[in-house]
Amino acid sequence: MVMKEAIGPARRMDVLHDTTAPLLDVEGLTVAYVPAAGSTPQARREERYALHDLTFRVEARELVAVVGPNGAGKSTLFKVIAGTLASDAGRVTVYGHGPGEHICIAYVPQRSQIDWSFPVTVKDVVMMGRVGQIGLFRRPRREDWAFVEQALERVNATALRHKQIGELSGGQQQRVFIARALAQQAELILLDEPLTGLDVPNQEAIFAVLEGLHEDGVTIMVATHDLQLAADRFGRVMLLNRELVAFGPPEEALTQANLLRAYGGHMHVLPGSDGDLVLADTCCDGHEDEL
Amino acid sequence: MSLDWLLDPLQYELIQRALLAATMTGIVCAVLGAYIVLRGMAFLGDALAHTILPGVVVAYLLGWPLAVGALVMGVLTALGIGFLTDQGMVKEDTAIGIIFAGSFALGVALLSTAGNYSVDLTHFLFGNLLGVSTSDLWVTLLLGGVVLAVIALFYKEFLVISFDMTLAQTLRLPTTFLRYLLLVLLAVTIVVSLQVVGIALILAMLITPAATASLLTNRLLPLMAYAAAIGAFSGVTGVYVSYHLDVASGPAVVLVATAIFLLVFLLAPGRGFLWRRRGR
Repeated sequence: MVMKEAIGPARRMDVLHDTTAPLLDVEGLTVAYVPAAGSTPQARREERYALHDLTFRVEARELVAVVGPNGAGKSTLFKVIAGTLASDAGRVTVYGHGPGEHICIAYVPQRSQIDWSFPVTVKDVVMMGRVGQIGLFRRPRREDWAFVEQALERVNATALRHKQIGELSGGQQQRVFIARALAQQAELILLDEPLTGLDVPNQEAIFAVLEGLHEDGVTIMVATHDLQLAADRFGRVMLLNRELVAFGPPEEALTQANLLRAYGGHMHVLPGSDGDLVLADTCCDGHEDEL
Repeated sequence: MSLDWLLDPLQYELIQRALLAATMTGIVCAVLGAYIVLRGMAFLGDALAHTILPGVVVAYLLGWPLAVGALVMGVLTALGIGFLTDQGMVKEDTAIGIIFAGSFALGVALLSTAGNYSVDLTHFLFGNLLGVSTSDLWVTLLLGGVVLAVIALFYKEFLVISFDMTLAQTLRLPTTFLRYLLLVLLAVTIVVSLQVVGIALILAMLITPAATASLLTNRLLPLMAYAAAIGAFSGVTGVYVSYHLDVASGPAVVLVATAIFLLVFLLAPGRGFLWRRRGR
């Protein structure tokens, strides 16, 4: 397909890519928990870390699931990697440079974080992904509109382009935001709970899009509550509960011992009839660890 | 309505100036107001309008152009509120409330030391459209033009920070600068509107036309255009209503805008209140 070439790396950022370095290199990452304004000193003392001493690497072209209970720090981790939240200790580099030096990292927010009544259409939202490339005081050029069209085609949302975003279904909304990440020419896409609240056909549609992108060389990290999905569809799974519990192929990461460590009392472990375990994650809907 | 109703007032130069000032104010407030409404900054806008009172009063007492005092105070408080909020020690609406009430009290206290206290206070609070001098008009037109030009220059960046701040950050836009710039534009817009509707009613010109327009369209640019048209129409009609019915001009302008909102709220095709009830 021709368009695959067009949705390539962001050219003006190439200079910042040390391609011998790993795509994502995280070392000793720690983020202090920030108490809400007006909370008691006691509350301030209790929860010290949103993330504590994370060290891991993600190579280019990986498809990674990040799982963990509510408040495990999944959104926090993504925001630090995206460069929108500062860490308190440790080092995060993307292709050898700090996240703030890249515009090729896209963060796809939880749907609950977006004001869906905002007066913008689907193509307006996707064009927002181009704003960094267009630059100040300039208007979108023909090539920017071409990027928008290609991105919409890619997520199968071309017919939706003139709709106001509030008119879309949950699955369509999610696909439009993935298109925005494509218009941003992202090489690393971080999706925060993209599957929460969607029915199975819509989840599958999104997964088909993500797998297509993965085949084209985009690196993708997905925060999810769905352990089954993480085990079946991802190359590596990160188990997170403020600390890095495990990170590896699903069969190595998702052991009973690791899951108990990550979920603790939030998980029921039930002996199945053939000796297998049935694991049930008792959380979650939408609003999680909003830091 | 006869043609005289329209033409009669135009023989007075002060009415001509009032019409121009009201039109410019209506447009500028409405266009900036689109961002105010979408970003949920209505309380901040109202507060900022009240906090400029001491600046205006000091300028007035010293015999300086009011716009200078208003601009200095407006920019100072806009930056001050931004700073207080960034510290995270108190919640944003609390910080705004403290500065809002405190500076308003200071302004009233300063004014009470001067001779013609109650008349002056009324003009500051509710506008003095018929007192717009030629130099006032130039200041209004110039500052209004600057605000519109800056919004045009930063249109897409303001859109992104209003819709999704995290995206703005991953695109590495200068988000802090843009946020403060919006506050400064708000301060300048308040200065532009001061003589037309006054401190107490500026909020209406910021949010009512934009809110009305949001019932008519679901894209930002048409929303701004509709809001500007409604704002300008309210300004002009308000001046005529004020002239013919002998009511205060600032409140007249605001009442016209409010009436348009109610009409649209009830009758807007597809989403008006009555339309939706009929559909049930």
